Amino acid sequence: MTIAIERIEAAAYEIMCRAAIDIPPDYRRGIAEMRARETGKLARFVLHAMAENWEAASADRRPMCADTGLPRYYVKVGNEARVETGFVGVERVLRQATARATRDVPLRPNRVHPLWRTEHGNNVGINAPEIDWSFEPGADWVDITTVHKGGLFGTDYRMLFPGDGVDGIKRFVLDGLIAFGKRGLACQPAILGIGLGGSKDTCMQLGKQAACLRIVGDRHPDPGIAALELELQALGNAIGMGAMGFVGSSMVVDCHIEVGHTHTGGMPVSMHTFCLASRRATARIHADGAVEYRSDPQWFTPYLRRETTEWETRTRT
Amino acid sequence: MGNPDEDLKIVRLALPAGDEDIGRLETGSVVYLTGTVYTAREGVYQKVLGEGHALPVDLRSLSQANFHCSPAAAAQPDGRYKVGAVTATASFRFSRWMDRWLKLTGTRIVIGKGGMPHEDYGKVMVPNGAVYLTTVGYGTGALLGRGIRRVREVHWLDELGIAQALWIFEVEDFGPFIVESDVRGNSLFHQHGEAINARIDALYAGLKPPALHRYGETDDRKREVM
Repeated sequence: MTIAIERIEAAAYEIMCRAAIDIPPDYRRGIAEMRARETGKLARFVLHAMAENWEAASADRRPMCADTGLPRYYVKVGNEARVETGFVGVERVLRQATARATRDVPLRPNRVHPLWRTEHGNNVGINAPEIDWSFEPGADWVDITTVHKGGLFGTDYRMLFPGDGVDGIKRFVLDGLIAFGKRGLACQPAILGIGLGGSKDTCMQLGKQAACLRIVGDRHPDPGIAALELELQALGNAIGMGAMGFVGSSMVVDCHIEVGHTHTGGMPVSMHTFCLASRRATARIHADGAVEYRSDPQWFTPYLRRETTEWETRTRT
Repeated sequence: MGNPDEDLKIVRLALPAGDEDIGRLETGSVVYLTGTVYTAREGVYQKVLGEGHALPVDLRSLSQANFHCSPAAAAQPDGRYKVGAVTATASFRFSRWMDRWLKLTGTRIVIGKGGMPHEDYGKVMVPNGAVYLTTVGYGTGALLGRGIRRVREVHWLDELGIAQALWIFEVEDFGPFIVESDVRGNSLFHQHGEAINARIDALYAGLKPPALHRYGETDDRKREVM
C-alpha cells in the first residue's frame, strides 16, 4: 500500500510538538534516580526544579525550554514502504511541518544564516532542518524521529591513535565534561553520546546519534562496549560535579557508544551531550496510514550495525 | 514553588528593588521576581553600543533587570504575543559590552546562564552595584514562561528577529533564579568550581596523555574555557 503524504506531514507536526513539550519518560526516570542519589544540595535543588518544569510544560502545553536548539529529523524507511509523492515529497513536508510547529507551539526561530545572520523565522533554511535517512529490511512503515538538541556547548572531536587506548578515550571524555560542565554550560546531567571510529564525519554523526537516538538504560549489544559505556558513565559522575556545575554527583545520566570500522592507524572519537531538555519523539507511519507515537526512536537496529557483506533482502516486484 | 529537599533561602523581590534589598541578596539563595524585566543580548548590545543607535525606550526609568534570553514567542492575530517558554543564554559572551551597558541603562540585576567571567565581578559588576542571578538548570523554560504576565513592549523585532529583539515583560513570581553573585562580588560558581578543582588531578592520575597534542589549548583543567 502507498502512504498518503498528508499522513507524514501530520505525524511530523505532531512529533515536533511532542518533542518540544513532553520530556521522554526514560530521561525523566533517569533524572529522578540521580536526584535520589545526588549528594549536593544546590545540584539536588536544580533537579527538583527541572522536574517541576517538565510538569508545567506538559500541563500548559508549552515548550520545556525556550532554546529550540536545532530541530531536525531522522527517517528510517522500510524497504517495502512506498510514499505517494516519493521521498522528495517527504523532505518537503518535513520542512512544512517544521515551519508550522514553529508558529503554533510556538518554537523559537533559531536558524539563521551563519554569516549574514538572516532568517526565515521558521527554523527552515539552507541544510535546515537536517534529515538523516536510514533503511530497514522487511518493513513497510516509515519511522520519523525529531530531535531538538541545543547546539552550542558539550560537543568535541579528536583524532586519537590506537596506542592511546581506553586511557585516551577517558581523558577526552573527562576534558569535555569538565570544560563544558563548569557552570553547567552543557546543561547536565546529560545523555553522553560517544562516537568511536569511522571517518571524521561518521565519527561525529555516530556520537550524535548515540546521544539522541538511544534511551536511558539502553545497552550496546556488544558486551565489551556495554561495559565501557558504564565505565565512562561512572567516570563522569566521579568528577564531583552536578547540575549547573555545582558540587555534586549527577553529571551523566547514561552513556551510549556507537562504533564504526576506522582507519587502521587511527581511533577518532567524538562526544555529544544531550541536555536537561532531551527532546525527541518518534512516529511510525504504517502502510495503511495508521500512526503510532513513541519516545524510543529504535534507530540502532541490527541492520544499522551490520558488519557483514551480505544481508537478507526482500523486495516486492 | 516548593522545595521539599532542602531549606534553601527563598526571596521574593519586587522590582524596582531598592539598594537595601539588592544588597541583602546572598549567593545560593533562590529568587522570584515581580515587576518589569527586559531582554537584551548581542543583537541589542551591538546596535546600541557598537553602532551607536539610541535606545528605543528609556530603560533606566522602566526596568533594572536585564535578562540574557530569547523567548519562544509568536505574534497572535490580535497583535499580542504568545510567549511559550523563556530560557537564558550563556552570559559570558556578552562580557565586553556589560560595563558600558550597565552605566548606560542603570541595570542592577543581570539574569542569564552561567554567570560572568570571574574577573568581571570585581571589575564590572561590583562598581556598577549589579548582582547576577542565574536561571536554574538552564531549562526551566516552562516555569519561566508561566511567570510572564504580559509582553509590555517589543522593539527592533523586524530588524533583529524574535531571538534578538528587545522584549519588555511584566512578570509575576518569575523564577526560580539562584543568586550567583552578590553586590560584594562573591560568586557561587567560583566557590563550587574551586571545590571541584581540588579533585581534578586525581581523576587524571594514571591515564597516559594522547600521543598527539593539540595546539592552542590550556592543559590546566582548573581553568575555565570561557
